[in-house]
Amino acid sequence: MTDTTATGHLISVTVNGATAQHAVDDRTTLADFLRERLRLTGTHLGCEHGVCGACTVIVDGAAVRSCLMLAVQADGCAVETVEGLAAEGELGPLQRAFRDNYALQCGFCTSGFLMSVTAALREGPVRDEQQARDVLSGNICRCTGYSGLVQAVLDASREADGE
Amino acid sequence: MSDHAGAVKGMIGASVTRREDDRLLTGHGRYLDDLELPGALAAAFLRSTFAHANIRSIDADAARELPGVVAVFTGADLMEIQKPLAPKVTHPQLRDYPRLPMPPSAVHYVGEPIAVVVAESRYLAEDAIELIEVDYDELPAVGSTAAALAPDAPMAHEGDESNVAVRLAQSSGDAEQALRDAPHTLSAEFTVTRGGGHSMECRAVAARFDPATGQLVVWDTTQSPHYARQQLSLIYQMPEDDIRVIAPADVGGGFGPKAQFYGEEVVIPWVARKIGRPVKWVEDRSENFVSAMMERSQTHRVEVGFDDDGRLIAVRDLVEHDQGAYCAGLQVPSITTSTLPGPYRVPNIHVELLACYTNMVPASSVRGAGRPQAVFTMERMLDRIAEHLDLDPAVVRERNLIQPDEFPYEVGITFRDGSPLTYDSGDFPALLSGTLERLDYPALRAEQATLRAEGRLVGIGLACYVEGCGLGPYEGAKTRLTNQGRVLVTLAAAGQGQGYETVYAQIAADALGLDMRYIDVTTGDTSKIPFGQGTFASRITATAGPATYQAAAQLRERLAETAAVLLGCHPAEISFVGDRACLDGDVDKSRTLLELAQVANIGKHGITLPKGVRAGLETSAYFAPERAAYASGAHAAVVEVDPDTGGVTILKYVIGHDCGNVINPRLVDGQVLGGFAHGIGNALYEEAAYDADAQPQAASYLDYSLVSATEVPAVDLFHIQTPSPLNPLGAKGAGEGGTIPAPAAVANAVEDALRPLGARINHAPVTPARVVDAIERAATD
Repeated sequence: MTDTTATGHLISVTVNGATAQHAVDDRTTLADFLRERLRLTGTHLGCEHGVCGACTVIVDGAAVRSCLMLAVQADGCAVETVEGLAAEGELGPLQRAFRDNYALQCGFCTSGFLMSVTAALREGPVRDEQQARDVLSGNICRCTGYSGLVQAVLDASREADGE
Repeated sequence: MSDHAGAVKGMIGASVTRREDDRLLTGHGRYLDDLELPGALAAAFLRSTFAHANIRSIDADAARELPGVVAVFTGADLMEIQKPLAPKVTHPQLRDYPRLPMPPSAVHYVGEPIAVVVAESRYLAEDAIELIEVDYDELPAVGSTAAALAPDAPMAHEGDESNVAVRLAQSSGDAEQALRDAPHTLSAEFTVTRGGGHSMECRAVAARFDPATGQLVVWDTTQSPHYARQQLSLIYQMPEDDIRVIAPADVGGGFGPKAQFYGEEVVIPWVARKIGRPVKWVEDRSENFVSAMMERSQTHRVEVGFDDDGRLIAVRDLVEHDQGAYCAGLQVPSITTSTLPGPYRVPNIHVELLACYTNMVPASSVRGAGRPQAVFTMERMLDRIAEHLDLDPAVVRERNLIQPDEFPYEVGITFRDGSPLTYDSGDFPALLSGTLERLDYPALRAEQATLRAEGRLVGIGLACYVEGCGLGPYEGAKTRLTNQGRVLVTLAAAGQGQGYETVYAQIAADALGLDMRYIDVTTGDTSKIPFGQGTFASRITATAGPATYQAAAQLRERLAETAAVLLGCHPAEISFVGDRACLDGDVDKSRTLLELAQVANIGKHGITLPKGVRAGLETSAYFAPERAAYASGAHAAVVEVDPDTGGVTILKYVIGHDCGNVINPRLVDGQVLGGFAHGIGNALYEEAAYDADAQPQAASYLDYSLVSATEVPAVDLFHIQTPSPLNPLGAKGAGEGGTIPAPAAVANAVEDALRPLGARINHAPVTPARVVDAIERAATD
């Protein structure tokens, strides 16, 4: 939510490919900026202290906790959120792998997992179960027990590899 | 991942992909904090920093003057709503202390709400919270049941003479005498520690009052919207039709704590009404740690008597239960006492419950709900019996299991629903033998012996359980052909990720004989269905499932009857092809669902209906089970312990699971595996520690460890299906079975691994520190 009393900063941010200028308060988190200002509510807040990973977005290629980053720190950055993953209206390969492997239940943590794994897969393929678990270990899911998530990462990685 | 026994017939039993997933995968879920509420203000609560104190005064002047703050209310400012939030399950002997929505004069746990700020943003509301000065008169606090029961203990409620909220006993046979006569007896003390639900979405409430209609609309992440509406109706003294409670279509997990009713749910709508603007409160995680209900803290002093073959003769258990600062209900400890005998024949049993007041967050159900503690106690003792007699733990279990031809099996004590504890169906030996088979048990024991000889500490732990589920009183469903020509199934039950929109369309599809793509499901809105109970105790599939099937079967009759009139045939000749009701399957002799709606629902103003057509294609059904159904299962853990660090590695895990007939196997697997991860947390990691002054010591995820993908092992999961005779679908509950026996199985495995050292595991979670302590104690004994 916007804090009307604090000093404003003008920032220029590219979110899911669209660049715009915004005046933001210095203490507004990137998560609140995305959710409240841009109404991109697919980014969720699970703990607000950087552990659960539900708020993970990609900033200049790196997966970050948007609850621990201020909006002003995103000035000049390219931010990717879950809303950008199915830009064409069709689920992307990772989203399909999540669906096909029942890698989600309540869905609250899902956006964070999708963004963490998206960033990880860009760095290279995930070859085995242990590596998949390592990739997933920065995010918490309370519903699924992770087995569907593990399989989804392996499937998506194979597809990205062109197998 | 798993194999499901049983044939697939129609949509019931099919692993259908969930309808919910596309919106959740694209960031278009609509959780409470995502809802557009134009003009909404944000609320934040001031919470007690003391576990026990009287409030001398609260000075909120500075907070009220902060720009952007619209209002500040202390408990004393809202006396009109300071009415007790009643315990869900009570007992005539319960010494109840009123739990007030926002107590005006005294606090009894850290985190109890004492004032609320409403402001233009949450940032400003929290700024204002920091400006409120509270003058407390601190009182001694009770931080454990041991402290509560100690001689000269401080009182959790000032001026009381005892911290015991209620003392209850259940018996069958004569345990006292049987223990005296038994050839062997063993006793032990086990403690299980508090843990939370930790849904990834915390609690949240938003409300808007419309003076023109007099209606108060409340959005609430509750698992029980109709329960919330009833409580608000009583407290506000408003008719229930003037209060609409909506659990949003997307709620980010429940696991029990959201089934309870909290002060914040009373305060926020009332404040919205007072101010005349929408108000939203979203609990943050630090609030969740200190204000969402939790459970599990119990100490069991158990004694078992058995014969030379390891057959149980008697069990006596004294359960000290941490009820927290107020009794939100006796559901958890009463489930514990009735779960103790589990799948075993226990001819003589005596269970005594001492529910204690402490100065901690009130205890209420968390996935498992009192069962993990009972299973931990019983299963640890079965392993001790095996050790005492030098028998294999699997053999001891086999000898004590209730056999498949003994159902219905009367246990001799009472379940929490008030009925005699009676198991409806099951095949416990098949679950255990299937589990052992998947372990390759004899070979595994041989391998264990080899590894032990090499000095490695590898252990095998088994745990069997039953789970009372599918409880009453009832759950309902409405079905209607909408004026757009689609079938709408309306449930009172609210989902938190279970996939209701998919599962209940599957059930309705089979009852209607109609493709599920013409069927929509809506849930959790009190304005759409008048009566309901809620999602808890693994009850919905076995209650709302049959209700949906019955309502949809009635709707099929109504649709067929209407189509038959229009086509000039008998209703029995009607079947669906796509969305067409056809005579003998002939699409040229048919009416679409839309055409049926146009005739029987929409009609033509002033024109008589065709002869034989009944107006309004709508049905409803409520299913009230005679008593609880019993799901069951067997878990096996193989672990290796590092004696230097106390670290436990799970090498293999097998789950045998029986929840009766399965509606959607893939969703049931998800429930079991998700519950299992929670159980691994309870077994090894999660601990809501409080210090002696009842100050919470684990109030962030840096101190409270939730399991990630690297801690949860792969599971070899198999199912058997023994249908419940208590409902027409033969369904039982699946939500908690993954959690319940996991701490017992892991603790048994760890103690088995440490057997060469003689170390005892008496406390869950089995943390590295406790393992190292146990090894050191064994060495010095």
